[in-house]
This record gives sequence, C-alpha cells and structure tokens, in this order.
Amino acid sequence: MNSKPKIGVYICHCGINVAKTVDVDEVTEFSSQLPYVKLARNYSYMCSDPGQNLIKDDIANEGLNRVVVASCSPRMHEPTFRKTLIEAGINPFFLEMANIREHCSWVHQDKEEATEKAKKLVAASVSKARLLEPLEEKEVEVEPASLVIGGGIAGIQAALDIANAGFKVYMVEKTPSIGGKMAQLDKTFPTLDCSACILTPKMVDVDAHPNIELLTYSQVEEISGYVGNFDVKVRKKARYVDMEKCTGCGLCAEECRLADRIPSEFDAGVGKRSGIYLPFPQAVPAKFTIDPERCLFLTRGKCGKSPKCVDVCTAEAIDFEQKDEFVEFKVGAVIVATGYDVFDASRKPEYGYDNYDNVLTGLEMERLVSASGPTGGSIALGEGEEAYVPKDIAFIKCVGSRDESVGNEYCSRVCCMYTAKLAHLVKEKIPEANVRIYYMDVRAFGKGFEEFYDRVRREGIRYIRGNPSEIFKRNGRLVVKVEDTLTATPLEDEVDLVVLAVGLEPRKDSREIIDLLRLSQSGDRFYLEAHPKLAPVDTATDGVFVAGCAQGPKDIPDSVAQAKGAASSALGLLASGRVKVEAQVSVVDEATCRGCAYCVEICPYGAIEMVNVNRMGHEVQVAQVNEVLCKGCGACVAGCFSGSIQQRSFKDRQILPQIAVLGVLR
Amino acid sequence: MSKDYEPNIVAFLCNWCSYAGADLAGTSRVQYPPNINIIRVMCTGRVNPLFLVNAFQQGADSVLVSGCHPGDCHYMEGNFYARRRFTLMKELLEFIGVDPRRVNMSWVSASEGGKFKDVVEKLVKDAKDTGPFEQFRRNKINW
Repeated sequence: MNSKPKIGVYICHCGINVAKTVDVDEVTEFSSQLPYVKLARNYSYMCSDPGQNLIKDDIANEGLNRVVVASCSPRMHEPTFRKTLIEAGINPFFLEMANIREHCSWVHQDKEEATEKAKKLVAASVSKARLLEPLEEKEVEVEPASLVIGGGIAGIQAALDIANAGFKVYMVEKTPSIGGKMAQLDKTFPTLDCSACILTPKMVDVDAHPNIELLTYSQVEEISGYVGNFDVKVRKKARYVDMEKCTGCGLCAEECRLADRIPSEFDAGVGKRSGIYLPFPQAVPAKFTIDPERCLFLTRGKCGKSPKCVDVCTAEAIDFEQKDEFVEFKVGAVIVATGYDVFDASRKPEYGYDNYDNVLTGLEMERLVSASGPTGGSIALGEGEEAYVPKDIAFIKCVGSRDESVGNEYCSRVCCMYTAKLAHLVKEKIPEANVRIYYMDVRAFGKGFEEFYDRVRREGIRYIRGNPSEIFKRNGRLVVKVEDTLTATPLEDEVDLVVLAVGLEPRKDSREIIDLLRLSQSGDRFYLEAHPKLAPVDTATDGVFVAGCAQGPKDIPDSVAQAKGAASSALGLLASGRVKVEAQVSVVDEATCRGCAYCVEICPYGAIEMVNVNRMGHEVQVAQVNEVLCKGCGACVAGCFSGSIQQRSFKDRQILPQIAVLGVLR
Repeated sequence: MSKDYEPNIVAFLCNWCSYAGADLAGTSRVQYPPNINIIRVMCTGRVNPLFLVNAFQQGADSVLVSGCHPGDCHYMEGNFYARRRFTLMKELLEFIGVDPRRVNMSWVSASEGGKFKDVVEKLVKDAKDTGPFEQFRRNKINW
C-alpha cells in the first residue's frame, strides 16, 4: 500500500473563480516540478464529471497513488473527491486539498500575489500528500430511534414524519403542553385558516402515536455519544399532579386561591390563570400542572387550612410530594426544533410599551382577537365601566427587526404578513375602525402573500411609509410621532391603540442546546446550519438536525417544510441502520508510550484507556484509543509527553512539512 | 527595515470555526493581505505549541492559532487546552525575547468572516511593525 508516492496535482479553474486571480497554468507548471509529483493538470471544473474522470483515468493509466486537488475549501468538496478516489480503486484518504479559492483567489486581487500564494498552498498540500496513509472507515450501528427537542409545529411535524416511517421518537417539550407559538395564534396568514383548527389534530396525533413517547414539562439534561448512538438523559420536572390520575376536569383551577391572578403565558400576559393550570383548553397532554414558583402551598408551605385543589380533586391526583424524575434512553438522531422568543418591546423604550396599557405587541393582539382568548375575541380595552372599543388603531412594523440599535439586523419574515392579518381581523371585528400601518418596507414574498396584502389595502387599511420616532400620551390618547417619508410630511397621529409588530429572536435559553450538542450560532445568533443552501437542516454535529425558527425566522409553511426536511435526513440515517465514524482518529505507538495516562485525562470523550501489554517480556501499561469513541480532535496528540499518540491524517510528520513549505519567504 | 518588507505568517485554524470563518471571508469576497498561510487542523487542541517554534525556525515572522470561541469548541474542550498551552508558550517566547506581537491567538467563529479579515489585517500590520524575525531561523528541513 505504501509504495513510492506518485502524486497527481489537479488545479481547478472553478470557471473564472480561481482562474481570474490565479494564473492556473503557472501553478500547474510549478506543481509539476515538486518532489514526487508525477503529473499536474488544470481543468475548468474539477468537481464536474469530466473533471473527476480526469483523476480516475490518471490513477488507472499513470499509476497515481496520491491526489492533490487545488480548488475550493475541503469543507466543500473533500467528500466529492474522496468518492472519486474510491471509484478509482485507491484509498480515499490519499487525497489532500489546497484551498486556493476561499483562502486565495476570492480574498486577494493582485494576480501575481495570488498566484504566488496558490503555489505555496499547493506545495504545502503536496508535501503532506506524500506522507498520507490509507485509513479505514469503521461503521457502527444506528440506534433506530430519534429525539425531537421542542414541541412546536416544527417539532410536531418532524416527530410525526419519523414516527409514521416506523421509528421510535422521543419528544421533549419544556412547557406543560406541546403546540408552541402556533397554538397561540388566532388565524394564519394568508389563508386565514384557524390556527388551532389545523394544529390541534396534529398535537393529538403526537400524543396518540404508538411510536412517539411524549415528555412534556421536561428538559434534556445530558447528551453524550455520537451520530447513531446518542445517550440522552431527560429531566421530567415535577408537575405535582399525577398524570395517570388527572382527568383534566379543571375543578382545581377554578377553586385555586390564585385563580385568575397569575398572568397566563399562553395568553401572552393578556389573560390570567391559576396556580394550578392547563395552559390552554386544547393542551396536549390535557393534564394540569402546578406552577412551583407561584403555588402558595409550594412557596410558603401553607395554603389556607388545606390546599383547595386537593380538596376538590375527586381523582386524588394532586401530589405535593412529587419529585423530578430522570429518564434515560438511546437515540440515533437528534432534531432541534426549539423555536424562538418574541422580541421584548421594552427594549424600544420610545414606543412606551412599559408605560402605556394600550401599546400591545403582535402576540398580545393575537390573543386579544382570538376567540379562545381572554376576551372571547372582542377587542375591548380598559376594565369594567371604562371599557371601550378602539377606533383609531396604528400598527408599527419592524419593531426589533432590521434594527442595528437592538442588535438585530435581520428581517423576521413574518411581521409584514401577521400585521396585515391582524389589521384584517380588526377591520372584520370593528368595521368602522380606522387602521393604519407604519412601515419601512412591505415584504410580501410568499405564496399568496402579495394577493393578501392587496386585499387588506382594498379593505381600507392605510399603509403609511415611515418609522415612528416616539409614542407619547396627550389628552389621554396616544400620539404616534412619525414622518411620512413618501410625502416628507411630519405627522402626529392620535390613536386609541398601538400594536407593535415585534420580531423574532433566538431563544434566551439557546445556550443550553449549544452546550448539549456543540451547535454553532450564525451572526444573527440563531443556530447555524451546516451549509446555508445545500445542507440547511444539518449541523456541524453529525446526526443532529435543526428545524423551524431555531435556525432562523420562518413562517409556518417554511417551518413545516424544514421539519420535513430534517425528518427525512434523520430517517436516512435511521433507515440505513449503519453509519461511518470518523477515520482520522488518534492512534498510540505502544512501543514508545510511557503509560503516564495524561492523554486519558485530556480526552473529552473518554476514548482512551490504559491497557496492559507485554513489551519485550515485561508487563507494561500503555494507552489505547477506542476508535469508535474517538472524534479525532487531536487534543491528546499535542498533550502527549513522548509524542506517542498521533492523529491519523494530522500526524506531526504530516503537519511539519506543511510548516516548512509555508514558512519559506515569498 | 525596507519599506516593501512583506511578512510571512503561518496560521493554524480549526476546521469547524476559524477555517470555516476564513472560508466565509472568501465566499463574501472580503479582501485581506496575502501574507497569511493557513494550515487546517481539526481542532486547535491539536496544535502542539512546538509547531509555533517550528514555524519561526522555518521562516515565519508571525504565527496565529485561531479556533472556536471559548465554550463553542466542536470537541467541547479542545480550545481550552489550546489556550492554556498557547499562553505558556507565548510567555516562554516573550521571556526569551520574542516580541509578543509575533505570537497570536484569536477566536473566530464560522460566521465571522469579517472578523477574520480584521484579525489578518492586524496581524500583518503588527508583523510589518516588528520586522523580519531571523533569530530562530534554521535551514529548511526537507521532510
């Protein structure tokens, strides 16, 4: 296998992407002179079929046994060319890539400088290629089950798709019920489907599905292992209600001493709930939960003579002795569908969200117009005798989106359309209302969006282009201060109600998942996908997929589509039943290992253990790497005192030649 | 030192964050000086501190180790090891008279193409200010 190296170097033009700033002929000529290089060629697109065939033919006819491809980033096409090598019948790890596009032609303009740099990069790769060794990719079995984190529409869809294909799904949801943000919506744009009507059947399906184990009011505590074999530990928080016994009758909530005194999360604080509660009538599971932070008995140890919930519960389901439970299981794939937080409108103090009761967020307005909301769907402000129906209503768009001052440069993608929808619903309920929408731009890009936007304008809703600078109170009414930028007219618009179209933000607890699964964040702080276009549901961690707004703001159709994508990727893994594990792992030279076990301490995966071996008649301890557990980070290699551990494909003697080449002055 | 002195920088970038960040700089067509030469490692934890000395011996005027932000390591703790080893090596080099501006570490995530450019520009500027580094030079090793 380790015969004398015969290296083939292939320089890719990448159309003009490389060729424009790098003189490919010069680099080819230079490469052909490098030690052990049998031939060097350049071609317009190495990744194309003819490009790959070039490599295959040369391997067959010229007896090449090492290949250097100088083109784009190995993060892009390394798998492509490894496959080419396999097809040509040589070990795929006899490939080395030189990144002369992302790291050279795209970032430099001077052709001479870029060409010189490309030469160095190719020379460095050639120096390493010569010393490459054949590696074997091991396969492990995949646990035929998956974990879905988050029970919103994305998680629900992904779980159903996987379960329907016949694989076990564990769904972990933090709150007492699945449904997520979609359950809070009244109607959905642009079709005006009733949100609950289309969502609740799916929620019920999840609960009833024989392949889905639903863990609500639960949190993932630990995930260890690797693609195909994740060990998961979930904390089931104490509900203080026996799930088996609770019938969901709701007597306890009616009788609770805190009834209608705690702001309801589901109603976005517009409505109130009790200390023991069902988040909303269609909640799944339809079981009550005691809020440990509010319940009088749990916080003070005393609730009247005896807690009323206990008194009225004929099923005897209340159990104040309940403790958190832990559940452990194994899965092959993980789908992260943890969703988003809405932007906190207090961070735009000029809009007076904290000061004025009649400045609402979009989600609060949603609950107000919803038939299942606290007002039964009537838009009335104020309490008791002072209640009134707002006549002048202003919507303000892009609150917390496209706004560098709050650190959110991105567009939240849903606010334009949900504003149009809410405006339409207001007009439907209060036909005489005068509704205006202050906007920067209207982005109606989806299917049926532009048509809906048109319809809303025809209904008499006015769109005024301008970003309000301030909201203040005058004579008991709200005044929106704004410049109509199309007519350059300053306005002071007196209104009864302002609705802030707040944007979507990464969840405040998004760090928890990052720590559990080693995900990365993109610039907008949402989870980073493996590739923005070609791997939109994959992550940098193999076997972990992302769906819905956890990856970036999305509307419901897009979330569902992405969830289906994530489910199909997870299913690909589960259905194949086997997965290749990292081949570029560490390996110990038992002859020189001094048995200090420092590497055992370093390894974050517990992949190294000490074993006894017979060395020249003596029983000695040496380190041994479990090649399935090793992820190939190389931390042990740099830590080894005797240089006895080396990482395959990244051995000292493979990296040092690169340094020697790159260190040479230009 | 002559005005057209161009420093030579050897950089060790981790595959998951900084190498990807440098890729993003390319995809975004950000422009930076060509003095930096990148070696890919899977994790900064793989970077033996002696690589830095070796780079100086082989002609580098400045070195860079760049990885994921602390806490974001793809391998959980690799960049913590790298940080500790790097700090020790940097202090040792400083102690024996190497200008600390030649020994650099940075955290660049996969989404920070712009930051990578800033890092490179600062590195090149510092390297130009400090001038060529001859003290450690050895003959080129033919591996």
